[in-house]
Amino acid sequence: MKKEDLPQDSGALSKFTREMCYVVDEKGNYITDLSSGWDVKTTALDATWKNIHARIESVRKKVVDKKVSPVLFFMEWRLMDIDILSAYTGLWKWQIRRHLKPEVFQKLGPRLLEKYARAFNITIEDLKTLNTHE
Amino acid sequence: MNSTFQHLQAAHCENGVTTKLLQNVGVNKLTEPLAFGIGSGLFYVYLPFLKINNGPAIAFRTMPGHIFKRTCENLGIEVIRKKFSSEKEAAKFLEERIAEGQPVGCQVGVYYLSYFPKEYRFHFNAHNIIVYGKENDQFLISDPVMEHVTKLSSYELERVRFAKGALAPRGQVYYPKKTGDISDEKIKKAIAIGIKRNVRDMLYIPGNIAGVRGIRYTGEKIKKWRDKLGLEKAGLYLAQLVRMQEEIGTGGGGFRYIYAAFLQQSYTYHQQEALPEISKLFTQSGDLWRSAAVQASGIYKGRLSSQKDFDSVGDHLLNIFELEKKAFKELSKIKWQ
Repeated sequence: MKKEDLPQDSGALSKFTREMCYVVDEKGNYITDLSSGWDVKTTALDATWKNIHARIESVRKKVVDKKVSPVLFFMEWRLMDIDILSAYTGLWKWQIRRHLKPEVFQKLGPRLLEKYARAFNITIEDLKTLNTHE
Repeated sequence: MNSTFQHLQAAHCENGVTTKLLQNVGVNKLTEPLAFGIGSGLFYVYLPFLKINNGPAIAFRTMPGHIFKRTCENLGIEVIRKKFSSEKEAAKFLEERIAEGQPVGCQVGVYYLSYFPKEYRFHFNAHNIIVYGKENDQFLISDPVMEHVTKLSSYELERVRFAKGALAPRGQVYYPKKTGDISDEKIKKAIAIGIKRNVRDMLYIPGNIAGVRGIRYTGEKIKKWRDKLGLEKAGLYLAQLVRMQEEIGTGGGGFRYIYAAFLQQSYTYHQQEALPEISKLFTQSGDLWRSAAVQASGIYKGRLSSQKDFDSVGDHLLNIFELEKKAFKELSKIKWQ
């Protein structure tokens, strides 16, 4: 890529830094230059987030309809999968899968609820009420 | 604390940490492209049986940690590396090194990395930063992808050092031991070792999902994504491919431009006429990767949707496969002195 072709578009990236890229100058030598972003990857990130938000909303509905428990909602909201949640809570994956059922979640004691709340960085109250602050 | 520490911005976090920490022990001639190439950083792999954030697992570089490890190894520099089971021990070790004036490389997760914008915070645990000082409760951080230095409170630093999940850092710290002068002759040798290993990784790794054949494999898969996954999911898969290829840290074109810069810089150590020529092939490859990304973006923006458009992205990758195969074959023919 030539220096003059380095894109300078704006996006989420330009809010916190410009990134360093390797480009070729007029003599054919590699130099570094800073880019504020590139529309092609900004839209890739946007598409990814649009999909995440859609998934979160669909799980929210399922929780309200009592088809799944709030654990699944916060798992999506925190971009976690069962492996990551298992690592943060110290629970087995099969245990977590059980807790995704609303009727099992209803009966969870304070010790387990606290584990989930801590893993999601929320309060137990938030966990029960699907309350998100961020 | 190290009061003379100067921040170094780099394209890629691990390259940047490696370059800065080695410059710090006296390897002044080391640049980011040299660190990347000596560490055999260029790679390609598509793991079809693994999903990351509900999308394909694709990498354009070697395993996290390997660039630092191999670069030090090839230059004959000893490394200190530690993981911890206790947060307290991890904090104590770090504070002691900083008090001695030793800047320390830290592996961290980005999900809770407070100075990153939310859009960039996924559960990715192989980010690298340098901690070089402490003022009150704030650790002074030199993050190579950032233009300027930044800070993290001790709580924030502990949380990212003990992020959980795949590639969990477990408080990992690393830095090179003080060393004598590294001669040009040593760098010259290390370059040859780095290139030979990269040739092996890209051309001769077994199977069809990694190395240059992994690029062909992905190209063939992409042509089938539209029918197999449906238009929406196929678009998200392409978006993920583009993010892995171009997102902050690659220097553009899936690390291919950094590698081209490395080969160009290698010419000052090895007067091999082939090196600047092969460097141009990698520039071409980077350009082709970016052109594939532009084509793919038409799909996830919803502007393109036909099978022909998917075929075009796939064909780009098949061309890249041919080009990189040729480039690495040329590299393998060089008689190193």
